[in-house]
Amino acid sequence: MIKILLAGQGGQGVLSAGKFLAASGLHEGKEVSYLPAYGPEMRGGTANCSVIVSEEEIASPLCTTPDVLIALNSPSFHKFAPRVKSGGIILVNGSLSDADAGRSDVRVYKIDAGEIAIEAGNVRSANMVMTGALCALTGCVKEESILACIKTQFAEKPKVCEVNERAFRMGIAVVSEK
Amino acid sequence: MSKILLHGTEAICEGAIRNGCRAFFGYPITPQNEVPEYMSVKMPQVGGVFVQAESEVAAINMVYGAAGAGTRAMTSSSSPGVSLKQEGISYIACARIPCVIVNVMRAGPGLGGIQPAQGDYFQATKGGGHGDYHLIVLAPSSAQEACDFTYSAFDLSEKYRVPVMILADGMIGQIMEPVELPPMRDLAEIPEKDWATSGHYGKERRVLNSLIIKPEELEPHVNELNATYAEIYANERRAVEYKTEDAEIVLTAYGTPARIVKSAVNALRAEGIKAGCIRPITLYPFPDDVFAACAARDCTKAFLSVELSLGQMVEDVKLAVNGKKPVYFYGRTGGNVPDEEEIIRAAKESLAKANG
Repeated sequence: MIKILLAGQGGQGVLSAGKFLAASGLHEGKEVSYLPAYGPEMRGGTANCSVIVSEEEIASPLCTTPDVLIALNSPSFHKFAPRVKSGGIILVNGSLSDADAGRSDVRVYKIDAGEIAIEAGNVRSANMVMTGALCALTGCVKEESILACIKTQFAEKPKVCEVNERAFRMGIAVVSEK
Repeated sequence: MSKILLHGTEAICEGAIRNGCRAFFGYPITPQNEVPEYMSVKMPQVGGVFVQAESEVAAINMVYGAAGAGTRAMTSSSSPGVSLKQEGISYIACARIPCVIVNVMRAGPGLGGIQPAQGDYFQATKGGGHGDYHLIVLAPSSAQEACDFTYSAFDLSEKYRVPVMILADGMIGQIMEPVELPPMRDLAEIPEKDWATSGHYGKERRVLNSLIIKPEELEPHVNELNATYAEIYANERRAVEYKTEDAEIVLTAYGTPARIVKSAVNALRAEGIKAGCIRPITLYPFPDDVFAACAARDCTKAFLSVELSLGQMVEDVKLAVNGKKPVYFYGRTGGNVPDEEEIIRAAKESLAKANG
């Protein structure tokens, strides 16, 4: 079982990245849950969601102490970094945040998701850069599953599909080099 | 059949549509807006009716009319909105019109907040509006159950001619999980209603009414309702037990907290503490038999009710346990959801008190 907390600014694609992960887990026949934090939020506000991918039945859908944190901006990095399980992983968007978690019992990966996404074709695909890195580091879902979900989701938008695919692959590459 | 990823709110809609719901009336309120949103798209596709009413009061009275004409009808709201519907629900209960009412609970009292809560337990299970009546109350704890319970709610409601409430919380509404959808029910299969005011057309005259002004007529009517509730109590109590056979501490919760409680039970077991849990599925009728059976066991030292309230279901737990074992309570309100650790701590404290 892997518990993933995705957080960032509204509009950065935090919730859609969470849905991609859950859909990919389901695609592989695993148990999944996706729980968005909801509130009187809007574009520019905060957004986060908890995703669990598991071989067994999922009881609690909460990610109070996640195994992995994906933080797309600085406020969510500093807010949630203390909650990550000891020995866990943090992926932080280096384009918008420092990477000092103030603790040494977690592995922090600083990924310049903004720049990489721009290179992939659209800054809005930063979420997929992070998703790619997550898959490469944890194997929580297979790369093919995410790619299949991207194809389904953007079936009618080939350009968007292409950008997201590229961003996802670049995310895989950036952590594989290290 | 393969599973698809659905929000709890969407699962509720699919459960309704697939069991013949062809009329939906609602008024927006967080955290259940996805229900009317989904219904507004789906209802026209299945030849049904979607109306965004001018208020919650109007919506429930539209349900009264549509369901009275024999259509499977539903409304949905969240706590403050469900309070507004209570007059209509009482009328519907008196007129014995089957229908489904969804309450995706948020924190109260008053307009309160929009985060998950379970403060409407009393309102849902003890009547809610004025007069002597009950609803059948079902509490889903997953998207799959949100679908399945709403599906079965329509059959239950028609079987007894008693309105059914789906009592969910904000988390069940917002969560996305794999759901296996039941097949679409053939409308022709649904039994005809010999009481529905569906037009005269040579049939006998039918009247649905909640004004029964003569005491000598109202008393037998209410007694008849009561006899139905007794039948429902005998037939429909449902709960899921988990590891209670040898449990020293029996936790209980419904809806979302029940899932966190289950995780807490597993964690307590891993520490060597014999914990188990009971998850009521029907809140009315309350599954008191399951609690009584647990209370009668020597191994059971105490019960702990975990709720997103200041302590409401705990009263029914106490009635069911009937003084045989101590019953403790742990709750959070205001839209806060307890995590596993808090529940584990409360369980240990309860056990210590019972043993102390």
